[in-house]
Amino acid sequence: MKIHEHQAKELLARYDVPVPRGRAAFTVDEAVEVARSLGKYPVVVKAQIHAGGRGKGGGVKIAKSEAEARQYASQILGMQLITHQTGPEGKKVQRLLIEEGIDIQHEFYAGLLLDRACARNVFMVSTEGGMEIEKVAAETPEKIVKVHIHPAMGFQAFHARKLAFALGLTGDAFKSGVKCFTAMYKAYENLDASLLEINPLVVTGDNQVIALDAKVNLDDNGLFRHPDIEAMRDLNEEDPAEVEASAANLNYIKLDGTVGCMVNGAGLAMATMDIIKLHGGTPANFLDVGGTASAETVEKGFRIILSDRNVRAILINIFGGIVRCDRVAGGVIEAVKKSKVSVPVVVRLEGTNADIAATMLSESGLRFVVARDLTDAAQKAVNAVAA
Amino acid sequence: MAVLLTDKTRIIVQGITGGEGTFHTSQMLDYHTKVVGGVTPGKGGQTWEGKLPIFNTVSDAVLATGANASVLFVPPAFAADAILEAVDSGIELIVTITEGIPVRDMVRVKHALNQSQCRMVGPNCPGVISPGIGKMGIMPAFIHKPGKCGVISRSGTLTYEAVKQLSDRNIGQSTCVGIGGDPVNGSSFTDILRLFKDDPDTEAVVMIGEIGGSAEEEAAAFIHREFKKPVAAFIAGLTAPPGRRMGHAGAIIAGGKGTAVEKIKALREAGIHVTDSPGEIGATLARALKK
Repeated sequence: MKIHEHQAKELLARYDVPVPRGRAAFTVDEAVEVARSLGKYPVVVKAQIHAGGRGKGGGVKIAKSEAEARQYASQILGMQLITHQTGPEGKKVQRLLIEEGIDIQHEFYAGLLLDRACARNVFMVSTEGGMEIEKVAAETPEKIVKVHIHPAMGFQAFHARKLAFALGLTGDAFKSGVKCFTAMYKAYENLDASLLEINPLVVTGDNQVIALDAKVNLDDNGLFRHPDIEAMRDLNEEDPAEVEASAANLNYIKLDGTVGCMVNGAGLAMATMDIIKLHGGTPANFLDVGGTASAETVEKGFRIILSDRNVRAILINIFGGIVRCDRVAGGVIEAVKKSKVSVPVVVRLEGTNADIAATMLSESGLRFVVARDLTDAAQKAVNAVAA
Repeated sequence: MAVLLTDKTRIIVQGITGGEGTFHTSQMLDYHTKVVGGVTPGKGGQTWEGKLPIFNTVSDAVLATGANASVLFVPPAFAADAILEAVDSGIELIVTITEGIPVRDMVRVKHALNQSQCRMVGPNCPGVISPGIGKMGIMPAFIHKPGKCGVISRSGTLTYEAVKQLSDRNIGQSTCVGIGGDPVNGSSFTDILRLFKDDPDTEAVVMIGEIGGSAEEEAAAFIHREFKKPVAAFIAGLTAPPGRRMGHAGAIIAGGKGTAVEKIKALREAGIHVTDSPGEIGATLARALKK
């Protein structure tokens, strides 16, 4: 799960990670109010969207006065912010973060995530702050220092010192850095974060380390034990069809193509998208309906898939093991009758009672295209779009 | 003859009295699997469906039944604890079906497993089946046939698809191992390939991978170095967009890494027969066997 910068900073502050003073604002008046409460200028007016590159896209402005704060807030709130991470349509800015201006001496990078290869958390720092870390990794990987944390040992003071020395910190900045890294690790672990990225991590004019930007991604599997964080979810930042799907316990991801897919199982769902492409078509979505392919589930699936205007055919691919194919066929027939599906529906059911299911579909009076194996299903789906 | 689940495997079910536990235990028994008891804390002394003894703890179960394996149907909030309890009991094999275990918990569990003699398969997997011997998991038994092809997969229903293609060609399976879709798991492709390497009754292997992580690339390196039996593979997710979690917690292209393209390349360079089509997995292994 993603959260906004202001929410990330709020969470990090709970663990004593140093962050600038500031608050979120949802209207221009609120923005001005926050600026006033900060007590001095400059303040930074920052667009809050779930994407990076906001500065380059014109979503971050430094206001030297109240008039400028009001002006920038009006400009940025409501703007369609386009960055290299939003796609060409950009994202509408519906909230701001108003923050105190910071006197920046140095900009570094600090990030914490799981190293899957060894199943340990890895803490990375780099002197190349304010840049895309993937670029640094590609061009100057020697400038990224990594420290792996042993699960039984935990994060120790010597880890923090190693990171601070790697950044060349000395004196007060060194002490401040050590405290910051320790706090960051504590936050990352206790929040069940999957990523904690501070870019830039700044050393201020008076040699204090502070998180100028913060990105925290949460492990979806950990949310059940953080209801307060789950409440931070911003549905405006998600595709409406994906929101509807998750409310119905369906796993849906919108893509750009014309063949809608409904499949049971994530691996099979990806494979279905892949085989459609292989046969010259374009998948419109990923949709895993999970273990129950009931009439209700199929109906919901149709609704979500068809909310995408690009869809010109639907491929239902269900491998019924415990779930019986004849039950699924019954559900599909009922759902199509109720849903007024106006595009061709290719159905491929395999597994328990697959033959009975195929007969049911052919004799339903509805114009299903019945497919037997995966290749046949993909070809029929692609042909259905072309027809 | 088969790996992991052999005729010496005696199985207990953790979470046996839950809905999933009860349903799948009866399916396992229908397949003549040697299930010898179950564990539900607080229900020790009772009997499951009049057939199996229920114990309060894994240790009690192991002591009373001589069980050497456990299959877990325990909800995500309690799964890590249940796994650690099994590890602590000295049991040799754990199969964890549960989806949704927090990564933080799995990092701790993985460490405990590494310090023990216990092997875990999963989590977030359909389990392990040795056709003709038994199953620890939720896969439909009827699509399987006993034989000499090992199957290792990160997926559930995509595994069944591949197995059916093999069975339809009369290529039976020695053991099918679902290693699961999570980023941190008990056994990797390489771990299971090592077992198949030493199994005289496994003559070929099918690998089903997907985007995310580097398990397939590590397997490719192992195969290139040490594994001489023919391997066919399919990697799901060539069409997956970057940065999105495709159902499985571990199926994500992160920071440009873990793409299907890279995995396919690494596998092909190691001499593995990789097919671009999930409809051709059986055919690809058949071809590999002829070479």
